[in-house]
Amino acid sequence: MVIFDQTNDILLTDDYIKHQYAPILPKKDEWPVVKLSKSRKEFIQQVVVSSMARIKSLTGNQLQPLKEELELTLYRERMRIKQNPWLVDPEDESEFWSRVKSTLLTIGADQQATEAEKKDKYYDILSAIILRYAEEIASNFKHSHYKMTRSIVTFGFSRLLNTSRVKGFKSVFSNQYSLQDKIQIIGETDQLRDLASKGTIVMVPTHFSNLDSILIGWTINTLGLPPFIYGAGLNLFNIQIFAYFMNALGAYKVDRRKKNQVYLETLKTYSREAIQFGCHSLFFPGGTRSRNGTIESKLKLGLLSTAIEAQRANYQNGDKEFGKVFIVPVTINYHFVLEAPSLIHDHLNYTGQERYYHESDEFSTSYKISKFLVKFFTKGSDISVSIGRAMDILGNHVDAEGNSRDRQGRLIDCRDYFMSNGKVTVDLQREEEYTKKLGVRIVEEFHKINRVFSSHLVAFTAFRLIKRANKKLDLFSLLRLPEEDIYLSYETFKEATAEVLDCIKKLREDGKLHMAPHLEMPLEEIIQHGLENVGMYHAKRPLIRNEQGYVVTEDISLLYYYHNRLNGYELEKII
Amino acid sequence: MDMNWKKSSEAKPIGVIGIGSFGAAIANLLAEKNQVLVYARDQGVVDAINENHTVRDRKLEEKIQATNDPEMLCDVCDIMFPMIPSAAFREVMVQFAPFLHPYHFLIHGTKGLSLNLPAGKNLENIEEIKRENICTMSEVILQETVVERIGCLAGPNLAKELQEDQPGATVIASRYNEVISEGQRLLRSDNFQVYGNSDIIGVELSGVLKNIIAIAAGALSGMGLGDNAKGLLVSRGMVEMIHLGNAMGGETKSFLGLAGIGDLVTTCNSTLSRNYTLGFRLARGESLDDIVSNMEEVAEGINTVKLIKLYLESTDTRAPITENLYKVLFEDFKVETALQYLMKYPIYTDIDFL
Repeated sequence: MVIFDQTNDILLTDDYIKHQYAPILPKKDEWPVVKLSKSRKEFIQQVVVSSMARIKSLTGNQLQPLKEELELTLYRERMRIKQNPWLVDPEDESEFWSRVKSTLLTIGADQQATEAEKKDKYYDILSAIILRYAEEIASNFKHSHYKMTRSIVTFGFSRLLNTSRVKGFKSVFSNQYSLQDKIQIIGETDQLRDLASKGTIVMVPTHFSNLDSILIGWTINTLGLPPFIYGAGLNLFNIQIFAYFMNALGAYKVDRRKKNQVYLETLKTYSREAIQFGCHSLFFPGGTRSRNGTIESKLKLGLLSTAIEAQRANYQNGDKEFGKVFIVPVTINYHFVLEAPSLIHDHLNYTGQERYYHESDEFSTSYKISKFLVKFFTKGSDISVSIGRAMDILGNHVDAEGNSRDRQGRLIDCRDYFMSNGKVTVDLQREEEYTKKLGVRIVEEFHKINRVFSSHLVAFTAFRLIKRANKKLDLFSLLRLPEEDIYLSYETFKEATAEVLDCIKKLREDGKLHMAPHLEMPLEEIIQHGLENVGMYHAKRPLIRNEQGYVVTEDISLLYYYHNRLNGYELEKII
Repeated sequence: MDMNWKKSSEAKPIGVIGIGSFGAAIANLLAEKNQVLVYARDQGVVDAINENHTVRDRKLEEKIQATNDPEMLCDVCDIMFPMIPSAAFREVMVQFAPFLHPYHFLIHGTKGLSLNLPAGKNLENIEEIKRENICTMSEVILQETVVERIGCLAGPNLAKELQEDQPGATVIASRYNEVISEGQRLLRSDNFQVYGNSDIIGVELSGVLKNIIAIAAGALSGMGLGDNAKGLLVSRGMVEMIHLGNAMGGETKSFLGLAGIGDLVTTCNSTLSRNYTLGFRLARGESLDDIVSNMEEVAEGINTVKLIKLYLESTDTRAPITENLYKVLFEDFKVETALQYLMKYPIYTDIDFL
C-alpha cells in the first residue's frame, strides 16, 4: 500500500528543552497510574473478566475448543518451565501447572458430568490461569520508589556530568551543565504536554538499547508528565538494578517466553483496560530492540491494536473526558549503542528470525551498567530524543486542542471510523486493518523525526564504499572479510561523505528526516566528529582513521550495524 | 420531489456518483432493493432523471432520483458508488472531500489510473515516475478524502448486458470485510453473483491492465486475424498483466479470478467493449483522434497505456505488448509492424509466474 506525505508537515527545529517543566498534575493522587495502583485489585478483576469474555468468543463458547486451548496452554507452559526457567519465575510455578494438569484430567475422565457442568469447570481453570497471568503482568507502582528513582537518576547523572566537564573541586556542586544539555529533547514537547491533560497518550519510541526505557522515563519526567505505564520484558526484572527502576516507573511485565493464546489475550486486555482507565502508556512497537540497527520498519501490531480497541471502547461507552487516544512517535538518537556487538551478532546468526535467544549481553549485570553510565556521562557522545507530532489512532495529525485534522486541515471526528449503520460497532477485522495502517504511519513518522548524527553519516558512507569495492560478495561474505584488508583512502571517503551529506540535506528540506546541528559544520570537522563518536566505547571501533591516514574498521559487523541507521531513505542509490 | 431522507425512518438511499453507461447499469441493479440517489454534474441530466427516468436514452428505474449537490448526497447516503472516468476521478473526489466522513463507504467502478505528481512537477520536468506517482482509484480516494473503507467493483460487466438483466457476476474487493458484505448485500440478485476479494490493489489492476490487452485484441480482429492469434494474445497478455501487476503490488491470484481472466476473456472478444472497438478501428486504418472524437465515452485503455509506458521507462521493466501498443497509439506505428515485433520477441517460457 502506498501512503502519501502529509503536506502540512512542520519541520522540527533544533531547539531543545533547556529546563525541567512544571508537572501538569502537581498532586500525585491525580496521576492515573497512582489511581490505578490504588485500585489494583479491582483493576485486575476487570482484566480477568474482559479476558475471559475475549477467550469465550475466540473459542465460540464451545466445550471442545476450550478444552484444547487449555491443554495447549498447559503443554507450552510445562515445556517453558522445563526448558527455559528464569530467576524471576515464582516458586510455585510447577506446582500450579501440575494442579491444572490433574484438574484437567479429572474433568476429562468424569463420565457423570453434563457438558454444561464440564464447561463451567473448564472456565474455572481458565479463570485461575488468567488471574495468575494478570497478577504477574500488573504493575507495582509505588510512589515512594518513583520519587526515589527520579532523584537518583537526575542527581546522579548531573553530578557525573558536571564532574567531568567543569574542572576543579567545586565541580561536584556545579550546575553549569544540566542533563538537559546532555540528553537533548527536541520536537513537539509543548503539544505533548497539552494533550496529556486532554486525553490518553500512547508513546511509541524506536528501540535500540535497554537504556531506552530509563531514558524515556527521564524524558517524561523532565516534561512534567505523570509517569507512563509500559510493558517491559520480564527478563529485565532478572537484573536487580532494572527491576528497581522498572517497578518505580510503572512498568508492567511482558514475558516473551509465553506465547500461548491465553497469556497474549490477558496481556492485550491489560494494556487496553489501562488505556481506557486513562493511563498514559508506552509501547516499543518494534517489540524488541532493533537487532540490526535499522529504524523499525515492521512493527509488532499486538499491543498497538489495544490502543485502537481502547479508543473504540471509549466511544462505545459514551463521551468520556480524556477519552481520546493520542499516538506520539518518538525516536532516540545515539552515536553509540552499548549492546550493538551482541545485537548484530544475534541478527546475523538468525538473519532476523524470531526465536528464543539467550540473554547474554552487556546489560547482564548491574556492575557493567553502572560502568557504562559513568563512561557515558564523563565522555562526550550526546543523545537526543525527538518527540514527533501526535496522531490519532488512524495516523491523522492532531491540532493543539487534540482534534484530528485531515491533510487539508479539516476536522475529523474519530468516532466515525468505528461507525457503521449509524452507530459504533465492534469489527475486529476492521480494527486489524486500522492497526496495520497505524503501524505504517508510525514508521513513516519515525523516519521523518529521526535525527541524523555525524556518526551515522560516516558509518553509512564507509560501509557503502566497502560494499561497492566488493560488488561480487553477498552480505555475509562481505562481513567475513578480514578487517586488515579493508581500508579506504581518506579523499575517496571525504568525497563520498559530501555526496551523502548533500542528499541528507535535501531530504531534510523536504521534511523527510531531521539532522543534528553539528552536521552544519565544515565537512572535515563533521568527519572528525563522526569518527570520534561512532560506537566510541566499543573495544573494537567500527571506524577510525589509522596512522597512515586511511579510514579503516576494526569490526565490520559493527560498522554494518551503525550504517543500518540510515536505511530506508534510498540513500544507497548514491553509492 | 421528496428528499427528506434524513427525517424518514426508511433505510438510507445508496449514492451513485456519475451516471455513464456503467453507472446507470449499477444504479438500476442497486434500485432493485434500495432507494438510489444519483449525483450528476449537469442540471439537464439531473432533470431528465427526476422527470423522465432516463439518462441519454437509457431507461432508469423509477426509484432513482438525482441531484447535483455533493453535500446533499454525502449527507443522506452512507454508501456511495463513484462511477466516474479516471480522468475526472480525482477532481470529483476533491469536490466531495469536504462532505465525506470516515463513516462513509465508497465502492468505485473505475478501471483506470491517475497520475499524481509532486507539486511543481509535470511530465516534462520529472526525472522518473515511481509507483507512488501512478495511483489506482482507491489510492486516489485515500489521498483526497478521509474515507478509509473503500471497495472496488471489477469483472466482466459490459453495461449493455447488465441493462438487459442477463446473468453475470462481479467482484467486490476491499481490505474490509464489512465493505465486501455490504456490497454483496446491495448488489446480489437472482441474475447477478457477487464475489469478494481482499486484495483491492490486485483487483483494481486486473481491471486496469486488461484494457491494454483488449485494445490489442481488437486490433488483431481488425486485421482479420483468426482465433489462434487471439488465443496467443490473451495468454501472453495474461502473463504481462501478472508481471506488471505484481510489480505494482497486486497478488498473482487476483489476476486469475473473475476480475482478471474473467474480464480479459470477455473484453477481448466483445464488440461491446470500448477498448476492443478502439483497437479494431485502429487496425482498420482510422486515426486515434478520429476514433476518440466520435466515441460516446472514453476508452480507459488509452490513458493506461500512456501511464504504464512512463512507469516502465522509469523502473526498467519490460512489457512488450504495452510498449508496442504505445508506439501504435502515439508514434504512428503500423499495427502490422508492432505485431511483427511481438512475434520476434525473445521469450520462450510459457508460464513463469506460478
